[in-house]
Amino acid sequence: MMIMYFSERPYLGGLPEEEIVRRRSFFGLPNTYFDANHGARLLNEYIDEKVYAEELGFDALALNEHHGTPFCMVAVMNVEAAVLARLTNKARIVLVGNPLPVVGNPLRLAEELAMIDMISGGRLVSGWIRGTGCETIFNSANPAYNREMLNEAHELIIRAWTQPGPFRFEGKHFHYRFVCPWVLPVQKPHPPIWIPGIFSPESVIFAARNRYPYVALSTGLESTIQMWNLYAQTAAEQGYQAGPECFGYQQKVFVAETEEKAEELGRMDMFGGNWMNYGRPEWMFPPGYNSREVNRRMAQAATSLVRNVPIPEEFKVEDELRKYHGPDYDAARRSEMLMVGTPKTIIPRLRRLMRIIRPGVLGFCQNDGPIGRQARLTSMRLLAREVIPALKETARELGLQDPLERRIGERPLPSSGKPEPVASVEELAS
Amino acid sequence: MENTPTSAAGREWVEDRIRVGDLDLEIVRGGSGRPLLVLHEELGYPGWMRWQTALVRDRTLLIPMHPGFGRTARLDWITSVRDLSAFYGRVLRENRLAPLDVIGFSLGGWIAAEMAVDNPAQFRRMILVGAAGVRPPQGEIFDLYNVTVNAYLRASVADPESTPEFDRLFAADDPLQRMEAWEEARIQTARLAWKPYMYNPSLPHLLQGVRGLPTELIWGSEDRVVPLSAARAYQGAIAGSQLRIIAAAGHRPEIENPAQFVNLVRQFLD
Repeated sequence: MMIMYFSERPYLGGLPEEEIVRRRSFFGLPNTYFDANHGARLLNEYIDEKVYAEELGFDALALNEHHGTPFCMVAVMNVEAAVLARLTNKARIVLVGNPLPVVGNPLRLAEELAMIDMISGGRLVSGWIRGTGCETIFNSANPAYNREMLNEAHELIIRAWTQPGPFRFEGKHFHYRFVCPWVLPVQKPHPPIWIPGIFSPESVIFAARNRYPYVALSTGLESTIQMWNLYAQTAAEQGYQAGPECFGYQQKVFVAETEEKAEELGRMDMFGGNWMNYGRPEWMFPPGYNSREVNRRMAQAATSLVRNVPIPEEFKVEDELRKYHGPDYDAARRSEMLMVGTPKTIIPRLRRLMRIIRPGVLGFCQNDGPIGRQARLTSMRLLAREVIPALKETARELGLQDPLERRIGERPLPSSGKPEPVASVEELAS
Repeated sequence: MENTPTSAAGREWVEDRIRVGDLDLEIVRGGSGRPLLVLHEELGYPGWMRWQTALVRDRTLLIPMHPGFGRTARLDWITSVRDLSAFYGRVLRENRLAPLDVIGFSLGGWIAAEMAVDNPAQFRRMILVGAAGVRPPQGEIFDLYNVTVNAYLRASVADPESTPEFDRLFAADDPLQRMEAWEEARIQTARLAWKPYMYNPSLPHLLQGVRGLPTELIWGSEDRVVPLSAARAYQGAIAGSQLRIIAAAGHRPEIENPAQFVNLVRQFLD
């Protein structure tokens, strides 16, 4: 099993929580709150943190990017990946991932990624995502063509990496008269490609058809099982049995020396409502971004999008804050979306998670809220020294192989043609 | 035109369709008399309102649902308002409808203006109401994609409370269906007008070549969607066009002040 270290690398300090809640959005907070010198210190701290993660023995460093939001300071993760490619020696650099539909120039992306792979000595794991709706808005990428552009950029990049150039590429959205990059990945035929996501069924199917692992980003156990089942069913249609090598899961974890301290960190994670206020619905779900089915499911949950009610709806910021830091926090803890504790109390819960969803890759995600540097480093150290060795033991017992240990598609389907379960619902119920 | 209209008793309009190539173009048709082509806005066809009831006494209203809006299927190759205007040119030719009067609202006004550039002779008289298509010299066209549909609709009138038919913009037997229709409209508008948003930089230049087409521009004085400066830009580009401003109205003068709106339309067309 591969263990990844991940953090959103937020802009911390001096952020007006009430203002974020009043707007119901981290995205689009005016950048007059941004201090470049302070931001520069943070960016370097975050890079140092990733280097420290490698020293501690994490197998992989996972990076992401967001735009126009203090939620994640890294707007161009390839820059960060390039720095880490040179500063680190053995950890995999996993991108979760490049938002293909919004980058505008996928041929340049193929070159950037090739350079990261070259500088790192073949440690890049490339990840393709659609980008949230906010990324689409920020980059003025037409949401009506989001998935078309993802598919086409994917095709172009793979061809640029594998097909001898020069050749011409005439797509619907991308047109290149001369594809012949003079930087190519050192991993052949190309770096591993993973598909990170938060439950768009089309992306799960895309991953299974292409034999790419699907990495669920803190999606909660029940939804994750649904995604795994969809993947396994698609894999069966493609003639193979899915296994742990097909699945990665990112879990939010805060570890401290005492329960009380861990609890304190966990509560900070709810700063500003966290993901609930990542972006307003009109930015998160621009037209065409979601399929009709996904929209329908959401509409039933959010009637205010459907009815003639004045926007913004009326609410009191203080009430919202009380809710985030009270019942919402408790719910996140109960559902295990958020795990906080000491190594002793965390290990059995993570083991249970591993028995339920059997991931080949497990990412630890921490630090969305205003959590201090020392607390972050302590959490990382406790995870690496006390938690991870125990989990690796469990992974061996459960046979959880990652996609670099076992190639996707190698497992034959049972003769019945019906795939074996890829997750344990019984364990979830227990 | 196929002769299979469907109509509920007492309605002033029927649903009909026109075959164009492989596509069934859905159309709402009502009234009798000289035809008036109505080109709808970016959120789709908002439905039958008082102004239509007033006009159908002596006009035949032809209201096509643009490809990708309402019940008309999408055509994958239509990716710009120029494509769409050329498509409508074919509709008029094949159905021997030209020359006819046209009125276009917002996005529909832009379509009409592009059609006039293609072939001014396909129109007898042209009315543009709060038309998109030209970059406003002052201000910006209100971004449909930066707000919810609710907020966009509220911004489209000067005062929702004093606009009697405002609630009818939301009328639906099934709110989910209503939302999906808006969603489809917003997707199709994104295909047509995402970037640059809601205008064509070449349009004002090309409009200078349109001669001999009587044109009226109707704008609400308080239009927050397409600023009045765009109306003046249209007026400067189209020779002989006249601008009529409806006081205290926003982007939907046809429902904000239907009496004055209908008077202006009648005076200009008759």
